[in-house]
Amino acid sequence: MGLRNFIDDKVAPHFHEGGKFEKYYTFYEMFDTMLYSPDTVTKASAHVRDGIDLKRVMMTVWFCAWPALLFGIYNTGYQANLQISEFGFQAIPGWRTDIVAALTGFDQTSFIANFIHGAVYYVPIVLTVYIGGFIWEGLFAWKRGHEVNEGFFVTGILFSLILPPAIPLWQVFLGISFGVVVGKEVFGGTGKNFLNPALVGRAFLYFAYPAQMSGDAIWTAADNFSGATPLGMAAAGGLDYAAGLTGVAGTSAGVDLTWMQTALGGIQGCIGETSTLAIAIGAVGLLLTRIASWRIMAGVFGGMVAMSLLFNVIGSDTNAMFAMPWYWHLTIGGFAFGMVFMATDPVSASMTNTGKFVFGALIGVMTVLIRVINPAFPEGIMLAILFGNLCAPLIDYFVTRANIRRRLRRTGGLA
Amino acid sequence: MFEHYLSLFVRAVFVENMALAFFLGMCTFIAISKKIETAIGLGIAVVVVLTITVPVNNLILTYLLDEGALAWTGIESLARLDLRFLGLLSYIGVIAAMVQILEMVLDKYVPSLYNALGIFLPLITVNCAILGASLFMVERDYDFGESLVYGVGAGVGWALAIVLLAGIREKLKYSDVPDGLKGLGITFITVGLMSLGFMSFSGVQL
Repeated sequence: MGLRNFIDDKVAPHFHEGGKFEKYYTFYEMFDTMLYSPDTVTKASAHVRDGIDLKRVMMTVWFCAWPALLFGIYNTGYQANLQISEFGFQAIPGWRTDIVAALTGFDQTSFIANFIHGAVYYVPIVLTVYIGGFIWEGLFAWKRGHEVNEGFFVTGILFSLILPPAIPLWQVFLGISFGVVVGKEVFGGTGKNFLNPALVGRAFLYFAYPAQMSGDAIWTAADNFSGATPLGMAAAGGLDYAAGLTGVAGTSAGVDLTWMQTALGGIQGCIGETSTLAIAIGAVGLLLTRIASWRIMAGVFGGMVAMSLLFNVIGSDTNAMFAMPWYWHLTIGGFAFGMVFMATDPVSASMTNTGKFVFGALIGVMTVLIRVINPAFPEGIMLAILFGNLCAPLIDYFVTRANIRRRLRRTGGLA
Repeated sequence: MFEHYLSLFVRAVFVENMALAFFLGMCTFIAISKKIETAIGLGIAVVVVLTITVPVNNLILTYLLDEGALAWTGIESLARLDLRFLGLLSYIGVIAAMVQILEMVLDKYVPSLYNALGIFLPLITVNCAILGASLFMVERDYDFGESLVYGVGAGVGWALAIVLLAGIREKLKYSDVPDGLKGLGITFITVGLMSLGFMSFSGVQL
């Protein structure tokens, strides 16, 4: 307990009342509670106390995002190295490439080389996200007198995972600023917003800088490289689904893409969304600890399956997306990531149990709908979740109304 | 034919949402969205008004105002007339009459809603979403069937938007909004973010 004593004896007095840095108590409190549980707990009786507080909840989500994060780093490097050493593309000139060249080189078969190459892209992004978020979150907490909240850790890591790898850092900063300030802090901070802040930031970037956030050229960190994501290939009619789950589905671009590849990862895409398997590991953690609602996940999944089956039945001669089976919808693009980490955000989702199913199903249906019939956006999960967030309070309202009516009927209207 | 109407309806509700894509009818949209019940009431009122006024205005345009529209009278000097400059005046007249009737009906049968809507019920007359729908109808050359579907669609879209906003605002009652943003400020930000969510529909091809 050396550190605890050090904080209590040497650091804390400066920040408590009468200390030199009294004004900055918020920041002290933030670091203190990050390290230790707060010691100011309710002492009176008749309080049910639980080890799970907001901090534990947030930290669990944070840890559950790590499989996707680690794989994302590896895959970012793998994609770049693959294009560089196999197909003769140049690395994007700059300090990142210098570091990789000095340390490991661009060998796509070497785990270390891939990881390093991914890390030089991901680490600056995540640092920018946390610095940007810390500035805004801290500023609001300090000026408005609430505590800096761990919700921000989750927002930050999730936001960093839904960005394309080669995004300019100033855009990262702009995105997280918009997400944190307009998406959350103007409403009073964690628990008081109505949209998922990470998605607000991402959507803001998407509409403000479409050239850097969509298209074919941004998904791999190699110079002048342009390659469609699997979702882009599918929209162009390039995927052949007949090959089944393990077979090789040829694409029109002459690249082989199997379903297993999209499930395990190793495809192009945003940093954290590529490996459905890594996301599934996180999902198991979230479900076991009951942090994420299984009802929402089931709803999203069910809605997606139902809608894609419907489109399969309708069929279309001109739109290749109609024919995409649900298990492809599940693994390509950001669907799995959105379902597990974004839709289950307890603040912006529906609160009632029935409402969670409806909310989830709405997101699943909307995702497939946008993917299939809206050529303006190749990926639908981000906007579908934002739309679901908009509808969540209304869904809750109708669910509670229905419940009130049912109970009134049961009691004969006497209550 | 049915598919054409369906796609027109879906476009009017989601893609070209009166409130969230065109930002029409904002005064009522912001003012009456504090409670879900009132918002639903106003939404229904707007749907009713739009459903009636857009097709009626379409008839007025086709049979009275448009160039050569009076040909059915058989009088040649009338058939040559182009009265479209009277458009705004007659559309507003129709809308005002409709709203007046609706007001009397609500006063008689749903007094609670009548009281809750207050001044904003007569103000539907000058709600730009209502006039906007009629003007869009003119601009896009809808025929009678299309304008009926468009009227319903535009109304449902606007009603959906205001009910969604009311739901969100009821939830935001528990938010801790900075003093300077309380009230209208945060509502405008909310509407902007809703509009971001509705962007998912822009570009839908039907």
